Amino acid sequence: MALNTPAGGFFASRLDRMIGWARKYSIFQYPFVTACCGMEYMATACSHYDVDRFGAGMPRFSPRQADVLFVVGTISHKLAPTLKMIYDQMCEPKWVVAFGVCTCTGGFYDNYATVMGIDTIIPVDVYIPGCPPRPETVLDGLMKLQEKIQMGGGGQGSGNWAADN
Amino acid sequence: MSVTLRKLKENFGGALFDLGSAFGDDFAVVHKDRIVEVSQALRDDPDLRYNFLIDVTAVDYPQRRPRFEVVYHFFSLPLRHRVRLKAPVDGSDPEVPSLVPLWKGADWFEREVWDMFGIRFAGHPDLRRILMYDGFEGHPLRKDYPVNRRQPRVGPRN
Repeated sequence: MALNTPAGGFFASRLDRMIGWARKYSIFQYPFVTACCGMEYMATACSHYDVDRFGAGMPRFSPRQADVLFVVGTISHKLAPTLKMIYDQMCEPKWVVAFGVCTCTGGFYDNYATVMGIDTIIPVDVYIPGCPPRPETVLDGLMKLQEKIQMGGGGQGSGNWAADN
Repeated sequence: MSVTLRKLKENFGGALFDLGSAFGDDFAVVHKDRIVEVSQALRDDPDLRYNFLIDVTAVDYPQRRPRFEVVYHFFSLPLRHRVRLKAPVDGSDPEVPSLVPLWKGADWFEREVWDMFGIRFAGHPDLRRILMYDGFEGHPLRKDYPVNRRQPRVGPRN
């Protein structure tokens, strides 16, 4: 079958769009799970809600193999350098999701031990509020992340998006 | 009066500031220098057999003299009874004898009390912070630790 190409033999298309489409359906996530939100993360990841529908079904437990850092649960000052190191180890392009209200703002903690939102340490792309967020909220956040990846945005905390609660 | 309180009163009357029963649990306020021998008696007396050290913690009473109280909870697994010992400690140079020679489990409890309240345990084999990180200044559960003080290790980016 002959390809219908314009004169000159080139395609007029949007390569970045195609790359964005491919990227948003192959999200390799690194779950940085520290607290009770992890249960809700697992509920979302398992068959009932099934993040594999969004191409995000294969968590990697090495930051060097991951595109998206899911920070799930309270981050203490003691742990903060580790989180920063994990983020620095990830390859570009990379995105960060703040999962649960503790990672967004510190949540109900306001004390000597807790980081008041991980965006004081690393850039965040999507905020998912809730204590813990329901799986529907998580999926909404995931779809917003996909939208952002499709648009070629992100990495480096370009514009902050929040899941609808 | 329970057998625990009776025995404590008979054998250690001079070391006790107070003893009694509150909300169904026995307690005794013990001089801090006698805490090791009182605990050992609780453990080794065949009528008491407190073989389980449940918890070691402390309370900061900023208005009181002495300022701190170190609190020990004991439980007897064979006899199913429990007792609470409290040892008042002065605020200027707080130190109490360690219970690690008697209960290995006291190790991390006492490190936590040191970390949170700054109370030293004489004779502890490895008294260093357990919850907070190296370089943390002060003891956060003391009432005079400023409630808004933050010591981040990775600086605020914004």
